[in-house]
Amino acid sequence: MTLLPRKRDGHPPAHTPGYKSSVARSPSRALISGPASPTELSGPTFGHELLGKLDNNLVVNFTGQPAIGERIIVHGRVLDEMGRPVPGALVEVWQANAGGRYRHKKDGYLAPLDPNFGGCGRTITADDGSYEFLTVRPGAYPWPNGPNDWRPMHIHFSLFGPSFGQRLITQMYFEGDPLIPRCPIIRTIADPSAIERLVAPLDMNRAMPMDCLAYKFDIVLRGRRQTMFENQMEGM
Amino acid sequence: MAQNLNYLRETASQTAGPYVHIGLAPGAAGFDIYKQELGWDIAGPNAAGERIRVEGRVIDGMGAPIKDVLLEVWQANAAGNYAHPEGGSPVEDGFRGWGRVITDFDTGEWGFDTVKPGKTRGRNVGTQAPHLNLWIVARGINIGLNTRMYFSDEAEANATDPVLNLIEWENRRATLIAARSERDGTPVYRFDIRLQGEDETVFFDV
Repeated sequence: MTLLPRKRDGHPPAHTPGYKSSVARSPSRALISGPASPTELSGPTFGHELLGKLDNNLVVNFTGQPAIGERIIVHGRVLDEMGRPVPGALVEVWQANAGGRYRHKKDGYLAPLDPNFGGCGRTITADDGSYEFLTVRPGAYPWPNGPNDWRPMHIHFSLFGPSFGQRLITQMYFEGDPLIPRCPIIRTIADPSAIERLVAPLDMNRAMPMDCLAYKFDIVLRGRRQTMFENQMEGM
Repeated sequence: MAQNLNYLRETASQTAGPYVHIGLAPGAAGFDIYKQELGWDIAGPNAAGERIRVEGRVIDGMGAPIKDVLLEVWQANAAGNYAHPEGGSPVEDGFRGWGRVITDFDTGEWGFDTVKPGKTRGRNVGTQAPHLNLWIVARGINIGLNTRMYFSDEAEANATDPVLNLIEWENRRATLIAARSERDGTPVYRFDIRLQGEDETVFFDV
């Protein structure tokens, strides 16, 4: 088994001056490349026994009482670059509440907390790589970067594939949000098609009438493939 | 013309942002929600080998410690096996080999307790010196940074480690080697990670 090399042109580079905090937090030397070793080809596994029943229901998982906001299902599949589903993947999410306020002691935004909304969830993908969350749509919020920068509505996603070399953290955005093309964090990505793949479309097929809307967000992790010649001696 | 290579593309990374704790360490964000937070016990009670403490800071290009980092560790057990179906021989019951820590909001210090890993298999042939794989995310970091921590008391194994030897600039290899000391009878390894500038830590694309 080996990991396909990461195609860095589909990711943001480290140094992106439009996103100011990257300036002092980006390595100035080139990354050192090498083939994946057993260290990167293995990774932690997570069983359902670690999770609570309501962990993927952000509407009620904080107090048991429903959070305020636009009720939505966020669902999709986790696949690898070869198009194969990734079952057993731990998917963790976090987000602001409907007003754009995070339940974090360092967030001092004037929009109020929702007493019934924590803002985090987690689940494990099924055999077909699928996952789902029930949540409320997060609000946009201002942040100190440019003098009037606002993050689009977004949900943070953290993913584990079967190997630690596939580890990924990203953000999901919502179709049609006019803040998307204005966001310095999104604009760290040069490839427009890579940005499009972070934007979840409205999915009326999965919406529940008189209950909630739905957005579909598929996530692709680095590919793994068998290598026939893994133990080939030099010169053969 | 030719057929399309219709492989998928990996989803683009985005920064974990300043509030990564909400999702991955909600207790640190200031609230309890899960029956069990993940990643706080790396080795478990049954792991063989030497119990060690690992500590450090992550320092930005201005020389300031970063106080909103989340760091994950992935390591083998003392026998050099990973807790993974393809990780070699089975590991001790309760040994996960994976952990998650955050920096202190005031001091920027992070630390965790674990066991010292053993040597592991190399990619094709040979062995890797004992090491911890570290993955760092934070506000301002667009894509998680991969590095490794090696041990100062493993000089002989370090000298032949295939990954350390990928680094053409021999003086940069020292940025990956944690210094051993002792506190109250426990070995402590100090590992400061410098994101940028003088003595910048080596980061990998593997």
